[in-house]
Parts: sequence; structure tokens; C-alpha cells
Amino acid sequence: MSLLAIEGLTLTTGGRELVSNLSLSIAPGARLGLIGESGSGKSLTALAAIGLLPPDIHAEGSVLLDGRQVIGARENDLIPIRGAAAATVFQEPLTALDPLMKIGRQVAEPLIRRYRREGRDIDRRGIAREVRDLLERVSLPDIERIVNAYPYEISGGQRQRVAIAMALACRPKLLIADEPTTALDVTTQAEILELLSKLVDENGMALLFISHDLPVVARVAEEVAVLRQGELVEQGPVKSVFRAPAHDYTRMLVAAAAAFDRALEPAQ
Amino acid sequence: MSLVSVESISFGYSRDEQVLRDVSFQVRRGVNVGLVGESGSGKSTILKLLLGLARPNSGTIRFEGEVLKPGDRAFMRGYRRAVQAVFQDPYSSLDPRQRVDAIVAEPLRALKIAGPHRPIIEAALRDVGLPSDAISRYPHEFSGGQRQRIAIARAIVARPQLILADEAVSALDLSTRIRIVELLGTLSKAMTILFVSHDLGVVASLCEEIVILEKGRIVESGRTSAVLAQPKHPYTQKLLASVPRMPA
Amino acid sequence: MTVFTEPQVDPARRTRRSLTLGIGLLLVGLHLAVALLTLIWTPYDPAGMAGGRLEAPSWTHWAGTDRLGRDLFTQIMIGSRIALIVGAGAVAIAAAIGVTLGVLAAFATRYLDDALTATFDILIAFPTLLLAMLVVAATGNASLLSAILALGIAISAIVARLARILAKRVLAMDYITAARTAGSSWPSIVFRHLLPNIWPTLSVNFALQFGLAVIAEASLSYLGLGAPPPNASWGRLLQEAQGTVYTAPFGAVAPGIALVSLVIGMNLLADGLRDVGDPTRRRTR
Repeated sequence: MSLLAIEGLTLTTGGRELVSNLSLSIAPGARLGLIGESGSGKSLTALAAIGLLPPDIHAEGSVLLDGRQVIGARENDLIPIRGAAAATVFQEPLTALDPLMKIGRQVAEPLIRRYRREGRDIDRRGIAREVRDLLERVSLPDIERIVNAYPYEISGGQRQRVAIAMALACRPKLLIADEPTTALDVTTQAEILELLSKLVDENGMALLFISHDLPVVARVAEEVAVLRQGELVEQGPVKSVFRAPAHDYTRMLVAAAAAFDRALEPAQ
Repeated sequence: MSLVSVESISFGYSRDEQVLRDVSFQVRRGVNVGLVGESGSGKSTILKLLLGLARPNSGTIRFEGEVLKPGDRAFMRGYRRAVQAVFQDPYSSLDPRQRVDAIVAEPLRALKIAGPHRPIIEAALRDVGLPSDAISRYPHEFSGGQRQRIAIARAIVARPQLILADEAVSALDLSTRIRIVELLGTLSKAMTILFVSHDLGVVASLCEEIVILEKGRIVESGRTSAVLAQPKHPYTQKLLASVPRMPA
Repeated sequence: MTVFTEPQVDPARRTRRSLTLGIGLLLVGLHLAVALLTLIWTPYDPAGMAGGRLEAPSWTHWAGTDRLGRDLFTQIMIGSRIALIVGAGAVAIAAAIGVTLGVLAAFATRYLDDALTATFDILIAFPTLLLAMLVVAATGNASLLSAILALGIAISAIVARLARILAKRVLAMDYITAARTAGSSWPSIVFRHLLPNIWPTLSVNFALQFGLAVIAEASLSYLGLGAPPPNASWGRLLQEAQGTVYTAPFGAVAPGIALVSLVIGMNLLADGLRDVGDPTRRRTR
């Protein structure tokens, strides 16, 4: 059974269609890359998957997250599946963390929630230990300092690692990452992508990776779906779609990415 | 012929916070230069210094042999006529309350360039591929890529010799990015571009020479093709290795 | 890539907004028309006795008469003129002082900025009325001018603080750097870029301050510190009606309605103003 099964998803607001009749699915352990430029509806699709659409957007169709219908579900019914079924990492590490809360406490929050959800007890020391454990798994250096630091005291790359740690704390079956490395330096990006790949493997999670950057998607995904102005125009294994794109739009994107790639090749 | 010569400049806000250390490089007429660095490399500060918005603590910046004097109004008028800029964020680099014609006319007005300005503005808009009816519209009516074209029109309207591009395509989608890079490539036939970016692929597409910055110091520089073929400094190598590539 | 584009204004909200603006314009316009009318005509001589004392509202005296027999409606009409003059005058002074100081503070070096901000905060902490009373006392006698001056100074601190924060936000924008790069001088940047961009929010604030100034003036007059007769402010009418409120309540109702209608009208106008004049809101993409 798919972890995420979207069928005929249509999102409208004020008479405009933002996403039209979208269908895609993610099996447990699968890695899907959602490619799209601005206005493609890729981020909205991610929000729809976990029932976090803004109130002025109307949703039709079916979104089954771990077997439960998300569209039209009540907030109370959604809270238990969020975190357990799927957790998210967003683009902007600056706004993903509460600026007034120390890092340690922020990572502890989803952790405590998971314990409560599983009906287990944990004491302060246990939490502290698990928090440090999580921060280690995302390869953060200087853990003691970071646990007691505020978000503005650590770098963008480190903040993103913290955001990943918080997502991991939920032990989700599906990790949704929406442009997680776009705001980062290129060397940091490489490290974060490596980290994501490793963690997804280690924990047997499925991954929904959203980006406009084709080579980045190729780095982490096995399958890709290309979105254009709310419509799914092409889908398939990464290598075949990138080597032989069927749709004109995909062809255009691949050509652009290839052009920049070629510029890096040493001249003859 | 050297257009801009940066000679041993250092800049810092305090003794411990040195943003640039002994940086030297040249921009020659007709040879686009790419300034590559990540956050904290000091690349934005170099741009600020080159625009005369701040003074280096030590060292000199020369333009066509003459020392850059930000306080000298007559000098700066001539300088700004020759050196213009395009900034990163298309959503904050255009005054939302001004129409496109006023936006593009600003350098003409401020630098007291003789009119009539309208045909000059129209020519600039044509050069950047914008429709002629854009002239009476407001920024919010345009997409990110189009706004960047407006910003480029503003930068070229006074026919400068050098354009400083500060991450000019970083905020754009892939398909728009390549079109703007193509536009800049076409414009470089008439003017020289100093392109500051963290994106090696973009810089390599546009610039014949490249300067790599790490933590305020130049670690490597030279012809782009040579540096890419044989990166000598470990940071350059790390940078190259980090760029995600399309599957072979 | 942000998910949230500018919130689409749905048709229902748009009609509600134009309704707000419409009612606001109507109320304020009514007072404006009445005020202008008093310059050339009033139903009765405001100072002369027109009827019996404390007569209830009737067809001859729409709002009744006061304890000296003067027609109340005439006095309320003149009150509109006073209120609008005070409101406009106070806001004009507050704007001139406040915007200048606020913009200066935005450009100032850290120490000057801190000093200015502290000054603004201290002035804001002072109750407007108390401050106004101090200024009136300082000028020696209570008059329309002293009331306008006092309120203008009191309100200027709030305007200054708002102008400062708006100006700082604008100065951080890339289009300011672009203007400097284009060769524009600082004065040119202030007048072409800074002021037009802080104006929309400021003008809404001005409309709100207008209402507050009118109420403050009414309070000053109520306390006897406002303009003396024949400049009949609504506040003074309220004070005169106070003694007879149990026997002749209408004396307080009419000035009260006039005051409330102008202030509400101004607030609604402020709300509606927020969308007018902003090119990004005029059209949806």
C-alpha cells in the first residue's frame, strides 16, 4: 500500500486553479522528486499531502496519507498522523525555527510528542540524551554549544540540519523536503543532500523531494514527476526522464540544466 | 586595458571581523570576470566597495587608472556613468510605487544625461527583450524574470562600460535563469560584466576569467577554462566537487 | 520559492471595503459640507437668543436650545468647522514635525537615533491630554491655536516613531541601493523613493490621529481649556449641557452624535484609504 496516494487533486482559490487533477503515489522507501518552477504548485502539493493548506485554498480529490484521507479531514484527526506518517523540512532555515527558543528545546518538542503518541514515558535526562543523539546523527559539530544556542547563533546550514533532526525525531514514514537546500551555499548543499540521502536509507523512510534544481533532484531521487502550472506533465525514473525527456517542457528544463553543466566541463 | 583594478584592499568592521584581507584582482575591458564565493567570502563587500558605498580600510581601487573617490561628487558622476549594477532580488530592487519608465530613467536623470529620455528608455527596454507597453506599467505586474530585465534595462540605459551583477540570477527559476544569462551574454558584446555569484555553472557560462574567494581571501584566479580543468586550491576543488551534476 | 502569493481579494471583501470607504466618505463629507456652509450661513445667529431656554428639539430648533436660549443646531454646525480645523491642523503639525524627525532618526547614527527614539517614547508615554494642557499653560491662554499646537506636538511623537520604522524598512530595500548606484543624491532618494513608500501607511495613521485629535480637543474644551466662545466646540457644548443633563438631556445628545459620527467616519475613511493609492492592490495579477 502506498504511503502517499494522491488522486485527482485539484486546488483552487478565488476562481483560479492552482493544481489540476494531479495524481501521484509514493510507496514505502521510495524516493520521488517533484520538479517544478514557481507557480507550478509543487509546494502546495506538499502542503496538501499533510493537510496544511492555507484556509483560502479549496481542495478536491483524494489524498491518502498512510491510508487515511486528508482532504476534508478535521484537524483533530490529522494531528496524530502528522509526524507519524510524514514530517517536513522547508526551504527557509531562518523561519523554520522559533527564534526565541533554544535549539535543544525545539528538537525536544517533536520527540516528546512522539513518546506521548506511542504511550511511553520519558524523563528529562532521557530527552536530553535523545536530543543529543539526534543532533549527532545530522552531523552537527559542537553539540553542547548548539543545544543551548538560539537559532540566530548558528549558521544556515546548521539550522537546516536542526530542522532535519526535528523531522527525524518524529520517526516519520515519509519525509517531505521542500527546497531544503535552495537557500544554502553550494558546499553546504552538497553536505545536506548527502545527509538526507543517508538518513532516508538508514531509517527506511520514503522521500518526497521538491525542487526546481534538476541536478539536485537527480542526486537524491529515483523517480521524478514534473509539474508545470499545476499539471503533471511527465513522470518516470530519473535517469530516463533526464536523458530522454518526452514532454517539451521537460526537454526545455533538461536543456537549460545541461547547458550550465556543460559550462563546467573543461574546454578541449 | 584595465577597467577596474582592485589593489590589496582590506575591509572589516572591527579588528576581529575582517571581511576582506589583502584582495587584489583586475577587470580588463571586454573580459568578463566571475567572482565566486559562498556566504562569508566577502564577495558582497567587494561589490559595495566597487560601488563606492563604503571605503576600504586599506588598499586602493582604481578605475581606468584613477583612484576611486566616493566623496568626490564630480568624480562619482563620471564613475557611475561608467559603472552600474544589477542586484539579486527582483522583488526589492524596483521601487513598487514607480512606473517602469521612471525606474529606467533614474540613471539618466541623476547623471544629468541629455534628453529626450523616452527614446533612450525604449531602446533599453528593447535591448532586454521587454515589450514596449511595459513602459507605463508597475513592477508588480511583471514576473521575477521580467523584473530582472527591467533592472538590467536600468543598468544599461546610460551605456556603462562595466556592469556589476550581484547574484543577478540566483533568485530565478531555471528556465528564466538561462534566458537572463543569455541576455547578459549578448550585452557583454558592448560592455564588460563582473559577475558575483556562488553558482559556478552560471559564472562559467558568462565569464572568461574567474576569481575564487574564501573567507575574505582570494584562493585562486585565472582563466575560467584553466581553473575548471585544473583547480589547484583545495577549496576550489571542493567547490567544483560540490556542484550537483546532471546524470551522465 | 514561497507558496503564498499575495492573498487574492475575493469579491465579497472588495465590496465590503468599498462600502467602508463609502460610508466614511459620506460621514466626513457631511461634516465638511456643514462646516463650509457655516462660513456663509447658519439657521440662527450663534450668539443671539433665538428662543426660550432649554427648549426640547422641535421643527424650529432641530437640536433644541441651550440654557441661554441659543439654537443648539447652529452651534453644532459651527462645531463641525472647529473640529475639522483642529483635526486637520493638529495632524498637519504632527505630520510636519513627526515625519521630519522620524526620517532623520532613520538616517541617524546609532547614538543620535537612540536619543531621538528615547525622546519619542517619553513623549508618547505622556498622556496626550496632559501634554496638551501643559502646552496650553505654557502659551498662557486657551485658544483654538493653542489647542491645535498642543495636540499637534503631542501626536507628532507617535507619527515620528512610525515614520522612523517605516523609513528604516524602506532604506534596507535594494531599490534604495539601486538609486544610489544610479547616481541619485540623498535628497532625491528621500523625495522620490522614501516618502512615497512610507506615505500609504502614514496616511492611514493620519486619518486615525485626526479622529483622536478631535476627541482630544473635545476633552480639552470640556475641561475649559479649549477655544472660548464664539468658537463653540462640541466639547464645550457638552460641558454646558452637563449641569442640566437630568432635566434637558438633549443638550448632550446632539453634540455627542456629531462627535461620534465624525470620528467613526474618519476611521472608516482610514480603513478604506489603505487600499486606495497603492498600485499593487489596485489590480490583481
